[in-house]
Amino acid sequence: MTVDLPDAELKRLAILIRISIVKMIAQAKSGHIGGALGLADIYAVLYKEILSVRPFQPDWSDRDFLLVSNGHTCPVWYATLAQMGFFPKTWLSKFRQLNSPLQGHPHFFPAYTDDAGTTHYPVPGVENTSGSLGQGLSQATGLALGLKKQGRPNKVYCFLSDAEHEEGQVWEAYMLGKQYQLTNLTPIIDLNQIQISGNTGQIMAVNPLAPKLKAFGWDVWEVDGHNYQELAQVFKHLRTEPRQPTAIIAKTVAGKGVSFMENNFVWHGNLPNLDQARQAIDELTAQLDALGEESHV
Amino acid sequence: MSNLKGTRDGFGEGIIQAAKLHPEVIVLGADLDDSLRLTGYKKEFPDRFIQVGVAEQNLAGTAAGLALAGFTPFITSYAAFNPGRNWEQIRTAIGFSNLGVKIIGGHAGLTTGEDGASAQSLEDLALTLVIPNMTVIVPCDAIQATAATLALASTPGPGYLRLSREPSQDLTQDLPFILGKAQILRLGADATIFATGMMVEAALQAAQTLQIHNWQIQVVNLHTLKPLDRHAIITAANQSGIIVTAEEHQLIGGLSARVSQVITSELGKTIHQPTILESVAIDDKFGESGPATAVMEKFNLTAKAIVAAMETAMFRKSRL
Repeated sequence: MTVDLPDAELKRLAILIRISIVKMIAQAKSGHIGGALGLADIYAVLYKEILSVRPFQPDWSDRDFLLVSNGHTCPVWYATLAQMGFFPKTWLSKFRQLNSPLQGHPHFFPAYTDDAGTTHYPVPGVENTSGSLGQGLSQATGLALGLKKQGRPNKVYCFLSDAEHEEGQVWEAYMLGKQYQLTNLTPIIDLNQIQISGNTGQIMAVNPLAPKLKAFGWDVWEVDGHNYQELAQVFKHLRTEPRQPTAIIAKTVAGKGVSFMENNFVWHGNLPNLDQARQAIDELTAQLDALGEESHV
Repeated sequence: MSNLKGTRDGFGEGIIQAAKLHPEVIVLGADLDDSLRLTGYKKEFPDRFIQVGVAEQNLAGTAAGLALAGFTPFITSYAAFNPGRNWEQIRTAIGFSNLGVKIIGGHAGLTTGEDGASAQSLEDLALTLVIPNMTVIVPCDAIQATAATLALASTPGPGYLRLSREPSQDLTQDLPFILGKAQILRLGADATIFATGMMVEAALQAAQTLQIHNWQIQVVNLHTLKPLDRHAIITAANQSGIIVTAEEHQLIGGLSARVSQVITSELGKTIHQPTILESVAIDDKFGESGPATAVMEKFNLTAKAIVAAMETAMFRKSRL
C-alpha cells in the first residue's frame, strides 16, 4: 500500500519546524536540541496527515490525543503546534522565558479561573505534563483505557525516547496496555540511540527494544523516522485497530538537518553558540531554498 | 470480639456511595483491594474497577490519564507505597497538572503493627502536604472516613486520604464533616489538644485524665491538614496559649509542623499571647513489628504521652 503524500509540503513543514527549534533554543539559551530536530519529520506527518485535531478548537472532544513522554523534546511539539495554527508563532520566541506559556518542559492543567476572575488555559494542543522521564506511557494507557470504557473512538499516541525505557515505570505501562488490549494507543519510540551523557549502549543496555516489547505481548513496527511514506503507511494501518497492542519504533538521526549535530550525543543537551546557531539556520534555510527550486521544476 | 470499624471500612462504604452519586468515579487497585475494603465496591461496580497489579508508579500515571479522559480516579494501596513509592509521579503527573486524582493511603502509621517498619508509613503526610494543589485528610473514625471520601469525590483537584488498619471508636457520629473545618470534640478553656486520626481517641482519654489537675482541656479533631483551619489554631492560642498536638506520624512535616507554623507566623498579628506547643509524634525513628497497641506504647503514641506533654506545656507556660 502506498499513500498519496504531499512530500514537498511535508519536507517544507519539517524544515520550518527545525528552523523554529534552533531559534527557540538559541534565544532561550537553553533547551534540548538533538532529539527535537530528529523528531521533526514524524511530527510533520502526524499533524499534517494523521491526527484528527482542530487547531482552533484544541479541546474538541472527538480529537485524537498526542501525549509526550520525552518532554525535553518539547521544542518540536511547540514549533509544530505553532506551525499548525494552535497558537501564534510569536509565542515561540518566549520559550523558557519568565511568564511564558511555553515552559521548559510541557505543562498541562485543566482550565481554571483565578481569584481575580481571569481564566487560565493550558497551551493549546499540549495534552499532558512531562519532563520527568518514564511517565508519559502510563498517562497514555490511562487515557486510552478511559476512552475505551467510555466507548469513544479517539486514538491516543505517545512519544517516548529509547533511553527513557531505562525507567521501570515504562514497562509497568506496557504490561497494563497488554492486559487491557489497548489497541487504540500507539506508542512511538524515538530510536536515536543517544542520551545526555553518551550513546545509549555506553550508558545502559536498553536496546534492542523490539524483542523486549514483543516479550511483553506487543506487536512492533520498525520504521525509518525520516521516511514520510513509511511513517504514513504504518500510522494509517494502525488506525484500523490492530489485533494486538502495537508500538512503532522509529529510527531517527538525532540533530537531523544540521550537519555538525547529526548523530552526536553532545547535542542532546548542548547549547549552540551564536555562530553555531547561525550555521544551523543557514543550512536549514538552504534546504528550504533547494525545496523551492525543486517544486519550481 | 468487637464490631468496631476502622477508617478503611469507612472508605469501603464511602466509595460505594461516591460511585453512586458521581458516575465519573473510578477505582484503581494495586493488588491490595481487600485490605482497602474494596470487595463490596468491586462487586457493585465491576466495570468501574481497574486492577493495575503491584505497580504503584503506573497506578498514579494511569490515573492521571483517566483524569484526562474525564474520570475521577481513586488510587488505592498502602500509604508506604501510595504516596510513598510513587511520590514523584503524584507530584508531577497529578499535582502539577492539578488533576482530580484521589490518593488513598491505607495501613498508615504504627498501628499497621506486625508488618513492621517497611509498611508503617510515618511520612505520608509530609509527602502529600508539600505538594501544591493537594487536599490532605486524616479521618479519625469510620463515619468520618466515609464522609471524607464523599467530600473528596466532589472536590476538584488532587487529594490524599490517610487510612488506618486498626478499628477505632465512633467519635464523630453526630458531627457533620466539613472539609477544612476542625471539629471541637470537647470543650475546655485551659488548653487545647489538636489531634488527627488514631490519636484523637487518645487525646479525648488524655483530656479526661487531666481533670485530676482540675484542668479543662479542649480537644480538636484536625482532620483536614490542608487546607488548614488556621482560625481554629489562632482561636486556641488566644484562648489559653497552651497547645499540644498528637499524631501518628513523624514530628517533621506533619500536624505539629502545621500548627507550629501558624503559631509562629501569627504571633503578634492575630495571636496576642505567648503560646506554648508540645508535640506527641514520632521523633525521627522507624517503627518495628508488634501488635498495634504494643508498638504505639513503645513509641509513646498514647493517651499517657499526651498527658505528660500537657503537663510539660502547663509547666512551661507557668515559667513565662
